[in-house]
Amino acid sequence: MAELPLPVPSEDNQPFWDSLRAGELRIQRCARCGTLRHPPRPMCARCHAFEVEWAPMSGRGTVYSYIVTHQPIHPALVDRVPFATVLVELEEGPRITSNLVDVPPAEVAIGLGVQVVFEWASDEITLPLFRRAGAAPPGA
Amino acid sequence: MLRNAVAIAGVGETDYSANSGRSELVLALQAIDTALADAGVEPDAVDGLMRWSVDTSAEGEIAANLGMRNLAWFGEISQAGNVGAALVTAAAAAIHAGLANVVVVYRGVNGRSGRRYGRGDVTGRGGRGGGAFTEPFGVLTPQHGLAMQTRRRMHELGTTERQIGMVAVTERAHANRNPRATFYERALTIDDYLGSRYVVEPFRLFACCLETDGGGALVLTSTERARASGRPVAMIRAAAMSGFAGEREYIDTSAVALAPRLWAQAGVAPSDVDVVQIYDHFAPFVIFALEDYGFVERGDGGPFVESGGAMWDGGALPVNTSGGHLSEAYLQGMNQLIEGVRQARGESTAQVAGAQLSFVDTGVGTGAVILERG
Ligand SMILES: [Zn+2]
Repeated sequence: MAELPLPVPSEDNQPFWDSLRAGELRIQRCARCGTLRHPPRPMCARCHAFEVEWAPMSGRGTVYSYIVTHQPIHPALVDRVPFATVLVELEEGPRITSNLVDVPPAEVAIGLGVQVVFEWASDEITLPLFRRAGAAPPGA
Repeated sequence: MLRNAVAIAGVGETDYSANSGRSELVLALQAIDTALADAGVEPDAVDGLMRWSVDTSAEGEIAANLGMRNLAWFGEISQAGNVGAALVTAAAAAIHAGLANVVVVYRGVNGRSGRRYGRGDVTGRGGRGGGAFTEPFGVLTPQHGLAMQTRRRMHELGTTERQIGMVAVTERAHANRNPRATFYERALTIDDYLGSRYVVEPFRLFACCLETDGGGALVLTSTERARASGRPVAMIRAAAMSGFAGEREYIDTSAVALAPRLWAQAGVAPSDVDVVQIYDHFAPFVIFALEDYGFVERGDGGPFVESGGAMWDGGALPVNTSGGHLSEAYLQGMNQLIEGVRQARGESTAQVAGAQLSFVDTGVGTGAVILERG
């Protein structure tokens, strides 16, 4: 079975992936003007500073939009459909593409409250996924 | 100012199929030859070539096959399929500036039998670059990202599945008049649409563009020279492109940025346009483009299409009169450009009577041209 691609970190976004591996969701923040941005970029579009911080997030957010793949139009989805992908708006503002670990595709809706969980994918990569807010963490 | 100084003097296309049985280079060359004959331009007058960056036939190969001795202007525009009108804009600017005399814009693609855009064969990034933040979660093709934007826009503006379905029904009715169209002989009702399966929700099967093997080409030259052929020409009243803007609102298409420049350049208003072609990789984007270009107010595009407003037969503003990417062929904007020229010349199979201004978008804001009968 073909696998979904794993992220290939670059020198401009490696700290994002490092934070996830350490069990934290951190989002890039301009060290000069404080603007959050995601995905990571080298330059602040607002003030052109290159200096960045990696700000810890609460991990709470809501589903801003979602799709459900029904037809496995890519080989990696053959054994996964129906497969929901969500765009989560974090309560701090940035939006992040992800999957929900405990919500069937038919129940995904805009506005659903969610909380980040960390999914080990390889020795280098941990993915930020989400579960329903208020639900017990899987396996707890 | 560009206004009407340059024209699209000729258009050409191959047959559209699921398996062309020939190379993408051959498809491009056949379309170019047809377009040159249509324009009444001798091959050795061509001194410019432009292509999609995803096109596999480099200008040097095209030039060698055409026997060109003087390639004065060439280039490509990056992104993906959505750059046709941007290429026309650049070609027209070069001619208007006197840097070239005759520029051919071409596209040859085995989009069904070869590398398939619908599977991410061309646009997939293997988890690299921006793909690191989308592909691991199942955003693997252009369709996935555009479905995500569509769902949010439906939520904010109230666009319905039935309205989206009526885009497909409208275009199919147009294709049923067009013998070149893939779906020439197959009807589509709104019930067919709503009964079809989801591919990537909220996109049902008939909301998605075809995958096509085929070639297309346009010949641009000065309006003065184009008229010498004695054939009808499509003058470029206005042309503009718009690249990615990171600061725009999530539901905005690039047309939000492009439209004010285009209308100001043209010196006309959306209500002056007689017929419209829109890049319909996915049906809802016809509605979104009608709204973001200002043909209708935001949120009114769905009701406009649902009530038949985009139909050739009785609609106030016929849209995608050849059947578009949904029902004619998916030649990545080239077929919108060809159909827009045909409307300006009075040669469409769904001709809008007396059409003077023919609007063509090829990327929901990536680029657009307003053609004028001349
Ligand atoms: Zn800053």
